[in-house]
Amino acid sequence: MAVLEKVVLAHGSGGRLSRELVENVFLKSFSNPALKPLEDAAEVRIPGATLAFTTDSYVVTPVEFPGADIGRVAVCGTVNDLAVKGARPLALSAGFILEEGFPGALLERITASMRRAADEAGVRIVTGDTKVVERGKADGIFINTAGVGLIPKGRSLTSAAVKAGDVIIVSGGLADHGVAVMNARDRLGLEGGIKSDAAPLNGLAEAILKFPGVRAMRDITRGGLATVLNEVSGACKLSAEVEEEAVPVSVQVKNACALLGLDPLYVANEGKIAVFVSPAAAPKILKAMRAHRYGKHAAVVGRMVKEKKPQVRLLTAIGGSRIMLMLEGEQLPRIC
Amino acid sequence: MKAAEQFSSPLWRDRALASAALSEMERLASAAAQKTGGRVNFMEVCGTHTMAIAASGMRRLFPKELKMLSGPGCPVCVTSQGDIDRVLALAEIPGVIITTFGDMLKVKGSKGLDLHAMRERGSDIRVVYSPLDAVALAAAEPGRQVVFIGVGFETTAPVIAGAVARAKKAGLKNFSSTAFFKLVPPALELLLSDPENKIHGFMLPGHVSAIIGLEPYRFVAEKYRVPCAVTGFEPLDILSGVNMLLRQILSGKPAVEDEYFRAVRAGGNPAAQALLAEVFTVCAASWRAIGTVKDTGLEFSKAYEAFDAVKRFKIPYSDAPEPKGCLCGAILLGKALPPDCRLFGKACTPSNAVGPCMVSSEGACAAWFKYGG
Repeated sequence: MAVLEKVVLAHGSGGRLSRELVENVFLKSFSNPALKPLEDAAEVRIPGATLAFTTDSYVVTPVEFPGADIGRVAVCGTVNDLAVKGARPLALSAGFILEEGFPGALLERITASMRRAADEAGVRIVTGDTKVVERGKADGIFINTAGVGLIPKGRSLTSAAVKAGDVIIVSGGLADHGVAVMNARDRLGLEGGIKSDAAPLNGLAEAILKFPGVRAMRDITRGGLATVLNEVSGACKLSAEVEEEAVPVSVQVKNACALLGLDPLYVANEGKIAVFVSPAAAPKILKAMRAHRYGKHAAVVGRMVKEKKPQVRLLTAIGGSRIMLMLEGEQLPRIC
Repeated sequence: MKAAEQFSSPLWRDRALASAALSEMERLASAAAQKTGGRVNFMEVCGTHTMAIAASGMRRLFPKELKMLSGPGCPVCVTSQGDIDRVLALAEIPGVIITTFGDMLKVKGSKGLDLHAMRERGSDIRVVYSPLDAVALAAAEPGRQVVFIGVGFETTAPVIAGAVARAKKAGLKNFSSTAFFKLVPPALELLLSDPENKIHGFMLPGHVSAIIGLEPYRFVAEKYRVPCAVTGFEPLDILSGVNMLLRQILSGKPAVEDEYFRAVRAGGNPAAQALLAEVFTVCAASWRAIGTVKDTGLEFSKAYEAFDAVKRFKIPYSDAPEPKGCLCGAILLGKALPPDCRLFGKACTPSNAVGPCMVSSEGACAAWFKYGG
């Protein structure tokens, strides 16, 4: 019998079920040392250099929303997957699956937005592919991007290298992207100008990597910070302790999440990273991040601790503590 | 943003204030426990409280004498298996669009199917954030029947009453809703009338009380001599609510106190009450694990009967057993905590829930699973 009976929506949530799908199906079939760490990008060694290689597909409704669109997210997401491995992006590919009837003007807006994001990241989209499917066989537009980057000699960033005592820094306010998309998709009418944070973070990553003591960086996307911390905790076999009050979340997003019954620690971002650094390096790195346009609200949110049974814990504002598991199932708004 | 800040300003999570409230609680609880036989059991009736308690990690900070029990206040959880089966029967009718809050998607009926599975099999099921969206959908799709799945308490019922009233005014013939509504005060009476109950105080739901006010709870304090505190949802609200209840035990004067006075008025919300009275009438309701009890729910009034989905599509009710091994019923009655269930965290997780308390984001089992109690 198959390990997986059938695919359910939660397999795409970025949480625990996504992880199980990857481990039980894809890793089982493709197993090799470059894939095994299951990080944002794989390291591929060639004579004289190490490349970072990654791919990601983008499916979002609506395709345009406050702050970004599917094209910007498709470029930034892949750039960021390279950046968090310490790689300098070299080139991207873009594959389009288009549904018959998709408006040309909208497609042009999306490709122009991709170009702007790529220019900002200093990378080119050098190859691509297009497929058109019959009406009803896709939801308007799906985009896949892949990227290669060069990891400069001497750089090695991996979750397994995170040590006890290391400090966790988050690059800015969480959950903007997820809430902005939900607000647009479901016409929730939330005010306060909540916008997607989609941004290429290779510049921010370079600013961070000027300093020694950076063990790992992670792109905080679907599944949110909670899921990233669980993955890192699993890889380095340490507990992660996060101070609730220290986690940056804007007032508007906090209120929106409270209203919808969502936990900002589990909501998606497209322009935020978590950085794991030695305690000695933390103050300088934090300062450098805050000096960058995409790290203005960077904050130390917690630290890694050695414990018999590693877990991810939230130290709550009032002085309590609770565990933070990976995202379970999908994020569904509540009744009351 | 002003109103929002008033409701959830950082002051409501202030550590120094919380720590002061907790030391006060230690003192009060140890004194109160001497009057209640060593242990003080309070019930948070509302699922949002259950979630807030777990999310703030305060259970570990409570005095050892104090036990917070979850009550029958999660809309999805109290909906009987028979009513869930009726929802699924509605989803099976060809051409019907089911509109629902997200929480209802994954509650399994007695045949093991949920709305999610029905959608995979081709039923048209859409998640909405407001019943008004469902009314708008009905107006936009005159050729289809749009059914809203109305469940919940006095909090959600007025919103749905408003939507139905709007549909009536617009003359929509293709909109209907279920009215599987439950009333909180009679639920408390059900719990209290059980001679084995060990509840020493009720933390009453802030949102429900904002609608119904304080008067409907009076009998709890007067007839049953059990303390009550209508409480808000921020950590300090909850700590203050607990301390109010403890003080009532110590003074020997049970009352209905209002901790959440920034939202709840003694008379409640008269406009919402009027809407409820116009659209619904009190009826017998079927509760999970409790059964059908008269005068504990709401159904459509004569004037709005035409909007009752169950009547429009002639969906009969039949009792159905609880999932095997599931303790949701006992948990809803405050007789067990989630970890007492053998399925908890093993056969039953949020991704693959057996009982509704694990499905709903407001459910006690989901809170314990997600946050570790």
